[in-house]
Formats: sequence, C-alpha cells, structure tokens
Amino acid sequence: MSLSTDDIILWEHGFIKLNATIAITWVLMLVMVIGSRLITRHLSSDVKISRWQNMLEAIVSGINQQIKEIGIQKPEKYISFIGTLFLFIAFAALCTVIPGYEPPTGSLSTTAALAISVFVAVPLFGIEEKGFWGYLKSYLEPTFIMLPFNVISEITRTLALAIRLFGNMMSGAMILSILLVISPFIFPVLMVLLGLLVGMVQAYIFGILATVFIAAATQAGRE
Amino acid sequence: MLIDWFTVIAQLLNFLILVWLLKRFLYQPILQVMDEREKRITNRLQEAEAQKAEALKEKGHFQELNSNLEQQRETLLNQAKADANSERQRLLEEAREDHRLLRARLQETLDSEKANLSQGILRRFQEEVFEIARKVLADLADSSLEQQMAAVFARRLAELSDGEGKQLTAALQASSHPVTVRSTFTLSSEQQAAIKSALKKMLPPDGQVLFEATSATPANGQAQYGQADGIELTTNGYKMAWSITDYLGDLEQKAASILEAEPAQEQKSKNHGG
Repeated sequence: MSLSTDDIILWEHGFIKLNATIAITWVLMLVMVIGSRLITRHLSSDVKISRWQNMLEAIVSGINQQIKEIGIQKPEKYISFIGTLFLFIAFAALCTVIPGYEPPTGSLSTTAALAISVFVAVPLFGIEEKGFWGYLKSYLEPTFIMLPFNVISEITRTLALAIRLFGNMMSGAMILSILLVISPFIFPVLMVLLGLLVGMVQAYIFGILATVFIAAATQAGRE
Repeated sequence: MLIDWFTVIAQLLNFLILVWLLKRFLYQPILQVMDEREKRITNRLQEAEAQKAEALKEKGHFQELNSNLEQQRETLLNQAKADANSERQRLLEEAREDHRLLRARLQETLDSEKANLSQGILRRFQEEVFEIARKVLADLADSSLEQQMAAVFARRLAELSDGEGKQLTAALQASSHPVTVRSTFTLSSEQQAAIKSALKKMLPPDGQVLFEATSATPANGQAQYGQADGIELTTNGYKMAWSITDYLGDLEQKAASILEAEPAQEQKSKNHGG
C-alpha cells in the first residue's frame, strides 16, 4: 500500500515522470473544462435558462458572494484564482465516491503546489493593487519591528495551508483503505460520506483562507 | 519523501492552466451572461416602470375623458328632459287650446241649436196661439160681433184722417167700377146703409156700392185672414180693410220681432260675459 499517488509511476523518462497524481489531475481538469465548455457554449441571458447553466450560475454567483463577504470589493477580478482553487479541491474530493479513485489533493506535492500558488499570488495581487512599495510597506505595519514576524507568518501560513489540506485529504483516503481491510461492509460507505464532507469543508477552508490572505494584501490599510 | 518537486512543479503548471481555462470557459461567460441578464431585467423593470407611469397617465386621461363624457351625457339628458317637458307643456297647451276651441264651438253650436229650437218652439207656439185665437174668434163670430165689426168699419170710414180721406176720395172718384165692400158675413140693410152713408161724402154722385159676402175659407185654400173675419173695401187700386186678422197679424209681427231680438240680446250678453 502506497502512502501517496506520487509513488505510482505510469511513465518515466529521466527527470520527467508521469505519476498517478498528475494523471488524475489531468483527467479532473479535462472533465471540468469540457463540462464548462459544453454548458457555456449555449448560454442564454434570457430569464429562461437550462438547468446546467442554472447550476453553474449558482456556483459562480455563490463563490462571488463569498468573496464579496470577505471584504473584496471587486470579486470578478479574483474569482478565477479563488474559484478555481475551490472548484478543483471540491471536485477532487467529490470524486472520492468513485471506487478506486485517489484524490490528487491527497498528495502533499499537489497541496504544496496549491499553497505555493497562493503564496505567490497574494503578493502579486497586493502589488497590483497597491504598487510595489505600497505592498512592501505592509510588512512594516504596524511597526518595523513586526517585519520578521510578518515574513514568518507569510511562510508558515502557506505551509499550514499545504499541510492542512494534505492531511485531511490523505487521512480520508488512508482511513478508508484501512477500514476496507478491517470491515469491508457498510462502515466504509459511512466513511466515504464523512470523507466527502471533510473534502468539501477543506475546499471551502482553502478557498476562504486564500481569499482572506488576498483581501489582507489588497484591502488592508485602505479603509 | 512526501514531496516530489517535479510533481509540485507539474501540479503548479496544471493549476495555472486550469485557472486560465476555467476563466476562459466558465467564469467569464457565466459572469457576462449574468451581467447581461441583470441589465436586461433592470431595463425591463425600468421599461415596466415607465409603462406603468404612462398607463397611469393614460388612465388619468381616460378617467378625465370619462367624467367629461358623463358630464356631457348628464347635460344632454337634462336638456333633452327639459326639451321634452317644454314640448309636453306646449302640446298640452295646444291640446287645451284645441279643447277649449272645440268646446266653445260645441257650446256655440249647442247654443245656436238651442236658440233655433227655442225659436222654433216659440214660433210654433206663437202660430198655435194665433191659430187658437183665430179659431176662437171665428167661433165667436156671431151676429153681435158682426154688428160691432160693421159699426167699427163704418165709424173708421167716417173718421178717416185727412190724408187717408183724400186718398180714398181720389180713388173713389177715379174709379169707373162700383165700390166693392166684401165681408165674411152678410151685412144687414142697416149696416149697409151705415157704410153707404159713411162713403156718401167721398163717392161721386152716381157712385154705386156693391156688398159681397164671402165665405170664411177662401177658394184658393190659402190662409187669407183679410177676408175671413172682417170687412174690406176695394176700389181703383185702393184698399181699406178692418179685420181681426189684421190685429192678429200686427200682434204676430210684434211677437216675432221680440223673439228675434231676444236671442241676439242673449248672444250679446254672453259675449260680454265670456
């Protein structure tokens, strides 16, 4: 039994190797993009719309609403990043209902990649909003003494993001595997349900935290 | 090793690609469509608001028109009512006038009929009265009355006024025929002598007097009172007579003139009264 999908190598050529994490991520990406494309191909701005469009609109407007509630004035600007984080993690967790599926978010490499993208995106959004010096100045708030603490918090929170998601997703898959060995009937189904719930909550937490960080970087000191 | 850095980089790239793809195929179209819908709904609401305002305006306008029409209708109705009333009054007045005229005419007709009737009755009555008088007198015409009549005739001859006397004298003188004295009864010799003596002064010297007694009923059947109950003297174009009939005739004429005068007076007084 392998701890991570990273260890399942499908194809290898020197440094380049295609493992299960990347492969599953591609499949998920493909499904998401093709699904979106199929639905958004025939969009209607009329009052009467298709069920699929209705679903997507509910999701997108829900995300938009959440971002707005955190305090970001123009959610449309950040919805691509935050929404994709949430949707990817949520979709990866949702697919755990498929037997034999392993979520790519159960791999620390994936969660680290997501955390790193947040770690990079937050200062980028901040600089875009406040200017380079304006953003750097926020590390000196409220006083210059706080600079090292601000830097440490920046790094640790990224680490925490990665580890939290990884731990939750990996543990779900792990518990399921162990329980399947111990009691193969009924109980694993309940655990799948629990894992689904935990996955959704983690997706929400990851998205919300990213939004909070972005909001802090872009809006702080403005009011 | 939990972290495979190649996988991390690959997933990072995967994630960035996914962000771009979803932005391209999901968020942008959906947000755009939602914006469009929102705009459209806002437009529709505004349009509806405008239409509502317009409808309200129209409603007010139509209400005003309606009330105007109602008022107009009321006015026309009232006018028509007034016209009808006045027309009715006029017709009634006309009918009354007609009625009055008809009644007046009827009254007139009735009056004239009444007058005619009463006149007829009076005339008839008068005729009857005179007939009776005449009959009575004829029945009473006995010898004493005849004597009286002859005496009266003789006296009248004797007491003729100058004009009458001269006229009679002239007529007697001019006549070549004898003087005829007709009476409804036979004159006695004394009576004849008295008449002769009365005429003696006026007669020519050879003048003759003829005495004729005629029956009371004339031959032609006409009611000729003159010869019925009196004495008559005729000569050349001159006639002198005395008879009860003459009196009766005078009386009858007077009565008739009175009767005719009366309705005229009545009419006059009525007209004055009306």
